[in-house]
Amino acid sequence: MIGNLPFVVCMILVALGLWTLIAKRNLVKLVIGMSLVTSGVNLFLVSLGYVRGGIPPIYTYAPAAAPMVLPTPQALTLTSIVIGVATTALMLAFVVVIYRHKGTLDVRKIRDLRG
Amino acid sequence: MNRWLATGAFCIAAAFLILGAVALRPFGQPARTEMDDYFNRYSQPEVAANNAVTAIVFDYRGYDTLGEATVLFTAVTGVALILRRVRK
Amino acid sequence: MTVVVRTITRVLLPISLVFGGYVIMHGHLTPGGGFQGGAVAASGLALVLVAFGVERLAGKKGLLSVLESLGGVAFAALGFLGLGVTFFANVLAGSGGLFGHPVPYGPNPGDLNTAGTLPLMNWAVGFKVLAGLGAVVLLFGLFGGEK
Repeated sequence: MIGNLPFVVCMILVALGLWTLIAKRNLVKLVIGMSLVTSGVNLFLVSLGYVRGGIPPIYTYAPAAAPMVLPTPQALTLTSIVIGVATTALMLAFVVVIYRHKGTLDVRKIRDLRG
Repeated sequence: MNRWLATGAFCIAAAFLILGAVALRPFGQPARTEMDDYFNRYSQPEVAANNAVTAIVFDYRGYDTLGEATVLFTAVTGVALILRRVRK
Repeated sequence: MTVVVRTITRVLLPISLVFGGYVIMHGHLTPGGGFQGGAVAASGLALVLVAFGVERLAGKKGLLSVLESLGGVAFAALGFLGLGVTFFANVLAGSGGLFGHPVPYGPNPGDLNTAGTLPLMNWAVGFKVLAGLGAVVLLFGLFGGEK
């Protein structure tokens, strides 16, 4: 009935971020597209650990005996989210410096490194 | 011409992603659970914590958290370095 | 910013800092922990920056830098605490000292006094994340203008 719908939704998020990276010209929109790809991948990583009929892996006021969801993908996604924050902060700092030097945010007008 | 090439490449990549997501294992039946069964069973006697995820992040895999704290520190230092004003 | 935004910020800043401290403190009992609580508390700092301008926070740059360094050093030092067994070993769990109660197996209402070095590590990482994200937001406010 539900099939693999959570996996397909996460991959649709990654595809939307990829489309933003290909088709947009503004530098800030490129940063947003990169953040979309990161969010889609993190969501996919968390949804890999679901066990059918599972409860959260926490013993405080836990409900009656049921299989617990796998906790390891959640722990690895924490690290991945922090790394996404670091990447976004550095990219935005670069956008600010580029605007300060060039006066424009259009990717097609910044051609200093063109060979 | 470039526009059609970009659209075609994006369609191929998106089809690859979505067909790959459909062909994975069914949702709710993970492949191997021996390590996670150990974490769920033994995180209360060994670590004395009710939260298995925090026990993994800070006790069983604490070394990865040290690397993550280093990444956060490097990001703050990098932003402070990039955004400085050079006085002429 | 307008009067409405400033009044709401004066009400919301203590609430967000206290809620962030609560999420950090109960990291070994409920979902949460160091990283999540630090991010919640840093959002209060970002709200102050938006509502009151950058002059209110410009004097706090030294304090944020010291707090972040202390958090990082404390986290690494807590790793060296268990060097008798291995690096990052939890020697305070179940030993009866500070944060040392043992926990029986099965669902239970949580006891705050458990889990060894985990609450101390949660506080160290929480301060580090709060100071780090606050410093990034403050740097964009101070130096992000044009020329």
